[in-house]
Amino acid sequence: MTTSSRNPILITASRLLAPFIQLFALYVIFHGHYGPGGGFQGGAMLAASVLLLRLSVGAERSELKFRKSWGTPVGALGALIFAGTGLLTLLLGGRFLEYHYLPLPDLSRAELHSAGILLIEVGVGLAVMAVLVGIYDDIMEGPGGD
Amino acid sequence: MRKTSLIALVLFGALLLYASSGLPGHGDPDGPSHREQSRVGSPGAAAHYIRQAKGDAASPNIVTVVLADYRGFDTLGETIVVFTAGLVCSLILRRNP
Repeated sequence: MTTSSRNPILITASRLLAPFIQLFALYVIFHGHYGPGGGFQGGAMLAASVLLLRLSVGAERSELKFRKSWGTPVGALGALIFAGTGLLTLLLGGRFLEYHYLPLPDLSRAELHSAGILLIEVGVGLAVMAVLVGIYDDIMEGPGGD
Repeated sequence: MRKTSLIALVLFGALLLYASSGLPGHGDPDGPSHREQSRVGSPGAAAHYIRQAKGDAASPNIVTVVLADYRGFDTLGETIVVFTAGLVCSLILRRNP
């Protein structure tokens, strides 16, 4: 299946739209403390922006944004950020994911918990984004299609 | 065979509907999950979260605090599940993963 339709209106519109989707996705991830949102939702939106480019400008050129080979490594990195945060607190004397043992200076106990939540939300967002894009790429590269 | 399973399905559905009439109302403050203390005297989780979330994690969004702090290990499991799903898709669908 050839994905690039070479329609200038489609390409221009999606290239204009994608950065704003990404910006809003970052807002959803980092504003998850104060409003609705978080890693899962923000990651899905990041994936949506990449998939929009995959569908409109074609697989080759959208690889400039997110390479096909990155799906699994970035997903693993996201899961590792999450698990690594937990292991770090474990190593520094706390229990698993007990955020106030994180080695960040000048923060109160509650603020350390806030920072820990932000860390794992970033990990979740990376994992969800990479996995969703990766599944799309796998299906496109599958045994049947080309 | 098909008829008996259909009848069993309808009967089971009716049983579920009947049982759901005994559940507490949605958001009922006197419902078992919203009580300050459970029947055996242990403190209720929901009331604790609502009261403590802001002070514990400096975040006004109780949902985020429950998801990522109180139930952080559960969210780690969810992330691993999502990642495993992607990994298995890659293993099944790619010609040379």
